[in-house]
Amino acid sequence: MNTFTKILIEVLAASLVNNVVLSRFLGLCPFLGVSKKTATAVGMGTSVTIVVTISSAVTFAINKFLLIPLNLTYLRTIVYILIIASLVQSIEIIIRKKIPSLYNALGVYLPLITTNCAVLGVCIDSAQKSMTFLETMVYSVGTAIGFLIAIVLMSGIREKLEFCNVPKTFRGMPIVLVIAGLMAIAFYGFTGAL
Amino acid sequence: MRTLFERLYNGIIRENPTFVLMLGMCPTLAVTTSAINGLGMGLSTCAVLIMSNLFVSLLRKFIPDKVRMPAYIVIVASFVTIVDLLMQAYVRGLYASLGLYIPLIVVNCIILGRAESYASKNPPLASLADGLGMGLGFTAALTIIGAFRELFGAGTLFGFRIMPDGYEPVSILIMAPGAFFVLAIITALQNKLKAPSATNRPEGFKCNGECSSCGDSGCMIYRRTEEGK
Repeated sequence: MNTFTKILIEVLAASLVNNVVLSRFLGLCPFLGVSKKTATAVGMGTSVTIVVTISSAVTFAINKFLLIPLNLTYLRTIVYILIIASLVQSIEIIIRKKIPSLYNALGVYLPLITTNCAVLGVCIDSAQKSMTFLETMVYSVGTAIGFLIAIVLMSGIREKLEFCNVPKTFRGMPIVLVIAGLMAIAFYGFTGAL
Repeated sequence: MRTLFERLYNGIIRENPTFVLMLGMCPTLAVTTSAINGLGMGLSTCAVLIMSNLFVSLLRKFIPDKVRMPAYIVIVASFVTIVDLLMQAYVRGLYASLGLYIPLIVVNCIILGRAESYASKNPPLASLADGLGMGLGFTAALTIIGAFRELFGAGTLFGFRIMPDGYEPVSILIMAPGAFFVLAIITALQNKLKAPSATNRPEGFKCNGECSSCGDSGCMIYRRTEEGK
């Protein structure tokens, strides 16, 4: 099996089989909170994809060249959360200066991402499993794509839901959770695919 | 003394972080596959919450307002690291089954939410009681959800066989989709019974209760958390 096929399988595994939201419950708050309209869901999903990719690369470097040589791996949680928080801030500033059109589309979502556990989860997970750089990047991109897929699908279903007559008791959060459960069952089906 | 009991009642019943405020949903769904996992996660979060509330309150006059969020994050992360190392040393089995979710206590909205809305404005002892109340409320909720899922999904409770031998376990309850369904049933019951909850507030609220990542001080849930004195 050549490298390309391997990478493709890893991306599929990280995005569909072990979907970050539906089977590992990371990043649940934005998944339930900002999935009412497809446009906002795409914005949130794209922002998460960008932040996860950049922060996993940066934290990989910090872990490999700073924490491990200095024997400071027990400080990982503190260092990672601070890096992610400052990274999100800097990405926001850079995008606002350099690409104003992108900032208009994504700006409001960026500050929310600091407390998104998917970002910290991916960084810590790849460090705990001592992945190589390529593995880390493939894993984080795959996970981020999984988040994007899940939140966009959810928003599509919720837009259709507006026209449905949901029983009064289930209106609002309960029906959204039922949909999430059904989506989780559907994603469970990918387990046998790889 | 009265504040102490009032804080405990507030955290466990009146503003239960899971059932009423709907905060910290990630660990609530992820680790409640069994009662013991729920209890372990609840108690570790509780420990972090008590210590971070105490220290945020002790340092509230020294932390400049502009950098308070990073300061709180560092305080919380330090205690999470301590809990993480202690669990690694003394309860290895539980640590292995909770895994990634222990370091992720850092981004649990309950902790930053309490630091921001209560501990930063109140004296140390009251903040400690608030942390204890909220932590116990979270622990109780996680244990109840975990017990429900374990009892019907595996037929056991805290590892002991409860259901009769003929009982066919509903194994979907302990898998990922089951978590969503159990929470859906809980929130639906709250809607039905008109119990106070972040999910059945009147129309017009756009958020989902994640106050720490929002900061809209005009918001109703936020204000209720503020006024909970």
